[in-house]
Amino acid sequence: MSFGVILLVHADFDRAAQLVRHWARGGCPVVIHVDRRVKPARFDAFAKAVADLPDVLLSSRTACEWGTWGLVAATQRAAELMLLRFPGVGHVYLASGSCLPLRPVRELVDYLAARPDTDFIESATTSDVAWPVGGLDTERFTLRFPFPWKRYRRLFNGYVRWQRRLGVSRRVPGGLVPHMGSQWWCLTRATLSGILTDPARARYDRYFRRVWIPDESYFQTLARQHARVIESRSLTLSKFDFQGKPHVFYDDHLQLLRRSDCFVARKIWPRADKLYAAFLKDPDSFAPRAEPSPGRIDRVFSKAVDRRIRGRRGLLMQSRFPDGRRSDPMTAQPFSVFQGFAELFDGFEPWLARTTDARVHGHLFARDRVQFNDDQGTMAGGLSDGAALRDYDPEGFLMSLIWNTRGEHQCFQFSPDDAQAIAPRLARDPNAQISVISGAWTVPLFLSRAQIPVIRKKVAHLQRVETAYLGLLRAPGVKARARIWTLAEFVEAPMEHLHTILSEMGGGRVPPPMEVPRMVDLTGFDRFLQDLKNQGLHPHVVGDFPTTGSSGWPSGDTSAEESPGSVAHS
Amino acid sequence: MRIARKHLRIRCTRKSFELRRVVDRTARIGRGDILLVSTMRNENIRLPYFLQYYRDMGVSHFLIVDNDSDDGGPEYLAEQPDVSLWRTGASYRKSRFGVDWQNYLLGRYGRGHWCLTVDPDEFFVYPFCDTRPLRALTDWLDSGQTRSFSAMLLDMYPKGRLADHPYQSGQDPIETACWFDSGNYSVARDPRFRNLWIQGGPRGRVFFRDTPEQAPALNKIPLVKWSRGYAYVQSTHMLLPRVLNKVYDPSGGEKTSGVLLHTKFLDTFGAKAAEEISRQQHYAAGAEYQAYAAGGGDAVELWCPWSERYLNWRQLEVLGLMSQGNWA
Repeated sequence: MSFGVILLVHADFDRAAQLVRHWARGGCPVVIHVDRRVKPARFDAFAKAVADLPDVLLSSRTACEWGTWGLVAATQRAAELMLLRFPGVGHVYLASGSCLPLRPVRELVDYLAARPDTDFIESATTSDVAWPVGGLDTERFTLRFPFPWKRYRRLFNGYVRWQRRLGVSRRVPGGLVPHMGSQWWCLTRATLSGILTDPARARYDRYFRRVWIPDESYFQTLARQHARVIESRSLTLSKFDFQGKPHVFYDDHLQLLRRSDCFVARKIWPRADKLYAAFLKDPDSFAPRAEPSPGRIDRVFSKAVDRRIRGRRGLLMQSRFPDGRRSDPMTAQPFSVFQGFAELFDGFEPWLARTTDARVHGHLFARDRVQFNDDQGTMAGGLSDGAALRDYDPEGFLMSLIWNTRGEHQCFQFSPDDAQAIAPRLARDPNAQISVISGAWTVPLFLSRAQIPVIRKKVAHLQRVETAYLGLLRAPGVKARARIWTLAEFVEAPMEHLHTILSEMGGGRVPPPMEVPRMVDLTGFDRFLQDLKNQGLHPHVVGDFPTTGSSGWPSGDTSAEESPGSVAHS
Repeated sequence: MRIARKHLRIRCTRKSFELRRVVDRTARIGRGDILLVSTMRNENIRLPYFLQYYRDMGVSHFLIVDNDSDDGGPEYLAEQPDVSLWRTGASYRKSRFGVDWQNYLLGRYGRGHWCLTVDPDEFFVYPFCDTRPLRALTDWLDSGQTRSFSAMLLDMYPKGRLADHPYQSGQDPIETACWFDSGNYSVARDPRFRNLWIQGGPRGRVFFRDTPEQAPALNKIPLVKWSRGYAYVQSTHMLLPRVLNKVYDPSGGEKTSGVLLHTKFLDTFGAKAAEEISRQQHYAAGAEYQAYAAGGGDAVELWCPWSERYLNWRQLEVLGLMSQGNWA
């Protein structure tokens, strides 16, 4: 008992002839269906090329347009001819001109001979499978599809919409339960002739004629009526991407295909000379092998589909540009932003670098130049320390930096004195871990011992900027992980707060740091604050800094340039 | 936009009268052949490697406009069996930097073909280009009804001064100019033509540090299945109709894309810069050549400690400069 092959061909006739010879050499009768849209000259040349093979027949031709009934009709014709002319055939294998047998024909013969009653056909109910071309799972059975999608897309879509609006719902005839699956099957003679000679076939055919992509459902549904043992999988390895487009195999897939142990694979690129040469040669070089295991190939393709649909987070490039509506452009991985820490602690940056594995930059958004760690003039990926370059596209700058340093945690300092264009972006980014000691920018001013009238304007400006920034971080819908302390709050328990931050950076509890950063000397700071207040400047972002001095609340400070906002003490 | 497109088509027909046919072998173009279109001036030294590179990739015919070269390049090209050559002494700038001439050739000979429009210093790299010919890519694009393919310009440069590495004819320029910047590019969307603008790279870093908005555009769409009425608008940065510019995915996914390795920065660059500054025929009066001269001419170094050394397309893919998309 052998098996017969039905070959559906519409192009690449040299390859098809090669395949026919291969199957025939393995002892399989072949019935070929050539798409009627193929030009007569081409068809004749092909017919001539396979004319010398005894058990190879050409069936009568019909037009085979993708997604339409033609493909089923062609298969029916070829199958009828096969069953009629080759009584010795036990199984019938449906293949196309771009299906390449990967294992010797002999092995498939043995495999099928050992399973004489089994039908290999992927066949699942519509509720079980999420089929690639979306939106038409159940509807492909309940609406009518007289227009081929590839040629008349607008008509197709319009007719679908119209039917939906009218509430068209076709009834599936004769208690059939619609099943779908790969169009490439291998059925037993009994099942196939059962389907073809079913007394209700005319009714079924009439129904399936208007079903969408009937070649994926006609035999899959009817096999359920006639088969004794259904093995619901295809012996042909065939993968589709998210658009329903079949994945194609090339020469560089040779090893992958070899190790898959599948019997047949599609689609093969017609010019993949190495594949055809490797798999269509005589079988002596093959070792006997196990059940098909397409797992590795699955992984390669599903990875590619994932790349196409989701892409790499945090990457902006020529073919990935999230527009912020359907998908927010966010950074590749978590990073930390520190505001006020370098002002409050001596040598905060080196301390942080020693305590964590992170790369600790200075003020990346300083107005004059980008302060990369160790004062480098360039950074990973070739980023430049030029402020104009950075400010030309601040978001792109940050995204590039985080993308270029994947696998390494980035920290940088931020302050109200820096370019603020990036601030809204930081607040929106779920990867941003922002820690703010509000009002800490007053500390360097305090240490500079400058006269209050000299720094007055500056204080007012910085406070305004910081208040706006805090407002961003406290707005509803903020995605960043923001921690905000006033300077007064922070100095009460600095190590506790630092430990919290380090734990968050480390992704869990970490032991308290061995080394403690040194806080600057704040003796007299309360006096400085009071002096500011006396000059009519209320540094409310500092919080209620404990006073040790004696001076009380002077009168006449109502001319404050800054009215304490609601953020000050929240 | 339709009017703009018509205007471009008419303009390129008018400009086509500037072209004088030198060798016409276009009768040899077969059905389904992949064509290459290029405009060049005094690039003789690059030609042997350039032609070989693209022949190996699977380009069947070269359509070349020579803009008044005097270095023996046209004579060399005329001898090649797969080259058709046109010559013109007209202004490069007034032909909008060769676009008009290219549009004419593409419209006349390119219809129904996949056409690659590149300069002689641009080397196309696409996913799997080491194992699959260009035809594999175009067949795959055809199967998804995709008509245009993006390949960003990636500036390549040597380590040290440009003048220190003399280039020999026939040599692979990537042997010396093998460094690139892997991640300092800014991307923005053009609302009018719906293409992306990419700027930055080593030129942004060194020449346009203080004037980044003047840095040259790096986005390119060099591979197009040409059809009646198509037109490049500005270099190969964008096309009309605009749907051809949508080579990117706005919802977070990655479309398949490639890279044009740009080997402009060889030792020949200095002489070129001097010539072009005097000719004033380049884009924005050659702001880049000016910046180069201002930056110290031959003493300019593009290399930096974070420069990446070129290995292969997979490296560019991992770095995120190009993407295999769902082509596996």
